[in-house]
Parts: sequence; C-alpha cells; structure tokens
Amino acid sequence: MSTQDTDPATAADTDERTTFEGEPDTTTNESIVDLSGITFGYTSTPVVEDVSLTIDQGEYVAIVGPNGSGKSTLMQLMLGLLNPDEGTARLFDESAARFDDGERVGYVAQHASAAKAMPITVREVVKMGRFSHVGLDRFAAERNVGSLFEEPARTVIDAANAVFGRLSAEDWATVDDALATVGMSAFADRRVTQLSGGQRQRAFIARALASEAELLVLDEPTVGVDAESVDAFYDLLAALNAEGITVILIEHDLGAVVEHADRVVCLNRELYFDGPSDEFVKSDALARAFGTEARFLTEVDG
Amino acid sequence: MSAGVAATLTASALATVELSLALPLQGGLGGVGDLVFGILLWFLEQWYWLLDWVYYFTGVEMLNPDYRYMHRAILVGLCIGVMAPLIGTFLVHRQLALIGDALAHTGFAGVAVGLFLNSVIDLGVSPYLTAVVVAMISALFIELISEVTDAYNDVSMAIVLSTGFALGTTLISLNAGGLAVGVNQFLFGNLATVSPQSASILLVLFAVIVGTVALTRNQLLYVTFDETAAAVSGISVNWYNRVMVMLTAMVVVGAMQIMGVILVAAMLVVPVAGATQVSRSFSESLVVSVVLAELAVLLGIAISYYAGVTAGGVIVLVAVGIYICAVALGKVQSARGNQATPDMGSIEADSVDVGAGTGDD
Repeated sequence: MSTQDTDPATAADTDERTTFEGEPDTTTNESIVDLSGITFGYTSTPVVEDVSLTIDQGEYVAIVGPNGSGKSTLMQLMLGLLNPDEGTARLFDESAARFDDGERVGYVAQHASAAKAMPITVREVVKMGRFSHVGLDRFAAERNVGSLFEEPARTVIDAANAVFGRLSAEDWATVDDALATVGMSAFADRRVTQLSGGQRQRAFIARALASEAELLVLDEPTVGVDAESVDAFYDLLAALNAEGITVILIEHDLGAVVEHADRVVCLNRELYFDGPSDEFVKSDALARAFGTEARFLTEVDG
Repeated sequence: MSAGVAATLTASALATVELSLALPLQGGLGGVGDLVFGILLWFLEQWYWLLDWVYYFTGVEMLNPDYRYMHRAILVGLCIGVMAPLIGTFLVHRQLALIGDALAHTGFAGVAVGLFLNSVIDLGVSPYLTAVVVAMISALFIELISEVTDAYNDVSMAIVLSTGFALGTTLISLNAGGLAVGVNQFLFGNLATVSPQSASILLVLFAVIVGTVALTRNQLLYVTFDETAAAVSGISVNWYNRVMVMLTAMVVVGAMQIMGVILVAAMLVVPVAGATQVSRSFSESLVVSVVLAELAVLLGIAISYYAGVTAGGVIVLVAVGIYICAVALGKVQSARGNQATPDMGSIEADSVDVGAGTGDD
C-alpha cells in the first residue's frame, strides 16, 4: 500500500495505461473500485452495512435502491469523500481516502450542488474538468532539462503556464469537444444561472467528459433532462464504456438501468443483489429491497 | 475579577508567543527584514515621485507633495481596491460574506495585543503586525471549527467575532494610560496615520495575496463553485479553505488602516455584489469587482479629503452607491438583452472523441 502511493509507482501505472489504450478488452489486475466489508453511519445507525464490492476496468455498473438506501453514501465511500467506520475502500488500488490522482475520476453530482448565484459561464464550468490535468505534473512529464536548451523560450513559457495553471490550446479543444458532445456549444458563453435544470446537468456531464477520466461516477445524472435527451445520454455512456471507460451509475429509473447497464448492484443498507442485469430482472432482489415499490418490476418486464 | 485574571493570563500567553515570534525576527532575520524594508521604502519614494508629477500636471490639491500621507493613503487604497474584491469574490460565492467582519474584530484584538505589549514590555512592534498574526490564528480557528462541525455556521462566526472584540476591549481597558486616543484610528480608520512602516506591511501583504491567488486560482475557483467535485478531482478542499481564510485575515488587517475595523468587511462584499449583477463570466466578475472597488476607494478618498470627513465611511457609502447603480444596470441588461435562445444541440454518442480511450492528449 505504501509503495503504491509513491509517485514513481503512480507514474508507472499511468504509462502502463497508455500502452493499453485502444485495447479496452485487455484487462489489468488492478480493480478500479474495491470495497470490502464497508459499514458506515452518519449516526450510530448504519446507512451502509457490510457491503463488499469489486468493480473492474471497463465495467458498466448501475447501483439501484429505494430512497435513503445508501446509494449516494456508498458512492462517496468509493470516492473517498467519506471514511468507512469499518472495512476498507480502495480506489485504483490505493486507499480511497488518500487517493489524489483526480484526473482518473470524473464525477457528476445528483443535483447541481454548485453555488448557483455565481457569475460563471458554461465554458468556465466545463474548463474545471481540465484543472486536474494542468500543472507541474504534466510539465514534468512533457519536458526535461534537455528541452531547456533545445527550445528555451517555449520551455520557460510552458513552465510559467504550468505554475499559473493556464490551460493549453489542446485543453481548450477538449473543453469545446465536450461541449459539442452534450450539444451545448451554443450555450458556451451563457451564464450558468440562466440555464434550465436539464441544461445545467448537461454542462456538468460535459465537465466530467472534459476530464478525460478512466472512471465516470454519475449520481442520478439525468434528473431534469428531457426524455429524448436521456436516451441520447445513455447512448453516450454506452459509447464511452465501449472505449474502455468504467462507468458507475446511480439511477432511479430501473427500466433504463436494466436496458443499459451490464451489471446491477441493488442496495438497501445491505447488498441485496450484485450480478448481470438480466439476472436482476428474474431475481426477487428488487421486491425484497424495494418492498411495495416492486410493481415497477412488472412494468420493466412487460 | 476572575475575568480580569483570565485576560491577563491570555495576554501573557500571547505575549510569550509574540516574543518568540519577534525575537528571531530581530535576530537572524533582522538583516533580511531590513533589506526588504529598504526596498519597500525605495518603492515608496518612487511612488511619491510619480504622484508629484501627476500633481504638477494636473494641479490636484489632494496630491500636493507636502501631503506625503495622502500619497501613502492613495497607494494603500489602490492596493485594497485590488486585494479585497479579489478575495471577496471567492468568499461571497461561498456564502461567507460575514467571515471578513469576524476576522476584522479579531484583528482588533490583535491591535490591542500589540498596544498592550508595546506599553507593558516596550516591544516596539507595529500593532498591525500583531493584528495580522492574531487574525490569522483566529482564521484557522474558524476553519477548524467548520471542519469539525462539517459546516460554516454563523453561530461559530458570531462567537469568534464577539470574542475578538471582547478581548480587544478588555486588553485596552487594562492598558491604562493614554491609549484611548489611539483606538479610534483602528476602529474607524484614518488616512493621515498611514505611516511608511504600515504602508510597507500592506505592500508585503498585497504581494503575498495577489501572488497566492494567481498561483491557486484554479483550485480556489473549483472549491468555491463545487466543493464535492473539487474533492473528487484530487484537490485538498480543507487545505485550500485554510489558505482562503488566512488570505482573508491578511486582507482585512491590511484594509483596516484606512477602513477601520467596523467597515472593513464592506470592501470584501459590496464591490463583489455589484460585479455579480453585471457580469456573465467569473473572470469578468473578478475584473469588474476590482474596477468598482478602485472607483469607490479613489472617489471616497477624494471626497473625504475635500469634505473633511472620515474616509472609511465615505468609501463604503460610495461603494454602496455604485452597487445600487450596478443593480439597476443589471436589471436594464436583462430586460433589454432578451437574446434569442440558441438551439440546443443533441447529445451525440457517435462523435465521442473525448475520454481516456483516445489518448490524444
């Protein structure tokens, strides 16, 4: 654990990853999320109890469960935003709480939790997805002492940009691509406060895309997005997943989950089901976890 | 009785802290300090020279070379006009507008500590320096309370605010003999008392604040806008929050010289509130808030000079006037600027070219 946390090890991981790119089927031994025996409670009553879960690279996992079943809490535990009372949470084979390689994770929150009255444009929001990429790490990766002699002016400018966290032209291109992908290019210079809920949610999805992460974590991302766009959005997630990006989706809409995700995790404080989507439909996990709400299952089935 | 004893104990505890801070400063770092101070004084000389020229060309009486204190006041005002809205922008959008007020009151306690030490053990340190130290310690304290209780709450801020002011008044009342005169200047600010020494302290604070914001603006923006996503992207949210409150403490104490303890928080909030009304993007709002603050400071100093009234009050009144204009302008903008809603594109799954899989970064 301690050796994994050192910088050279992380750098080696990253290099390894680049060689695997383009071959999403190739699996590494590294599981992306690894929870074992997680228990967590905000008070003495646990919200999540004894949950063990492993998610490997390239999976498309949906987490379902009734309101208050601990879905969002479980997600926060995965990402290291909360520390489990018992058990261990690991992210990219590092302790989740100490994980700081943020460029590998993209995140879309349940509601636009952000400061809503703030004057900020859509493009500036999406730009934040690049923040974990700019900086001295990248400069160190791209340049070495030799380049100071080969292109002194360029290197000094790059160093200054890295120190001050300026985005490069490629970064801006990625931002604009992400905006185009969610169909928000025309709104790039709009103030976020002027957007509808669904448009704002698209902007946050674009931010997660711009981060070019290996793992996308989405907490009910389609709340407030119109039905037509929801379908397009799931197609987008499927396309990203096909490229080898791991997708973890917390979703209320069970029909969408069964249709799109490969694997379903059903949660209500404890783990009720963990397996392929089609088996989930046949199992009685939903009835047990949701109780009376199980009637939705028949709709899905029919 | 017991309160007095407690205050004395606290004061002596603080005194030891101050001594341990000040002694190495006077010793090993003394040379470096002198050098920095010398450079700053040289900079002040250049500033005087510049304003002298402005005076000869424009004949503005306020800039008369005989009134060096006005030159310093204008310099301090210009610096405040940059750093207060710069920090204020990040505070206001986190609903932390009142933290400046709380820290200003603890800064007052710091001033009292400085005056106390100077009269008791003859330390000869600027009260503004002790104010910076005490305000920064309180800033960290507020931040730690909020980290433990998971939220900034106005109750803890109110407690820190009144504790600071109570400690200040207690120390000053203990400090019998000729101090009552000096306190007004800290409470209400004063243009005429900006000494070359306190102008130098402000220049150092200015450099530290502007430099820190320039280096960490991405992280500060992300943390301000969306704390959870910032944490996921690997930014140490608590650490940047601490940096933010420390910078706030510095701004507040720096601006105290001409704004006074009671009004200093206005400079953090009012120009930013005005800029929020009229700007669309975050970078635009930063620039606009600085412009509005500079306008308020310069107009305020000029009015207070010619009308012979307290600068702090006038500056805040001008700032509020500008804010009202900005609100009106914002309303006009949104009423007239009913721009046609552009067509929203569809989410395109086919054209996915972002993501780790492409590896074109």
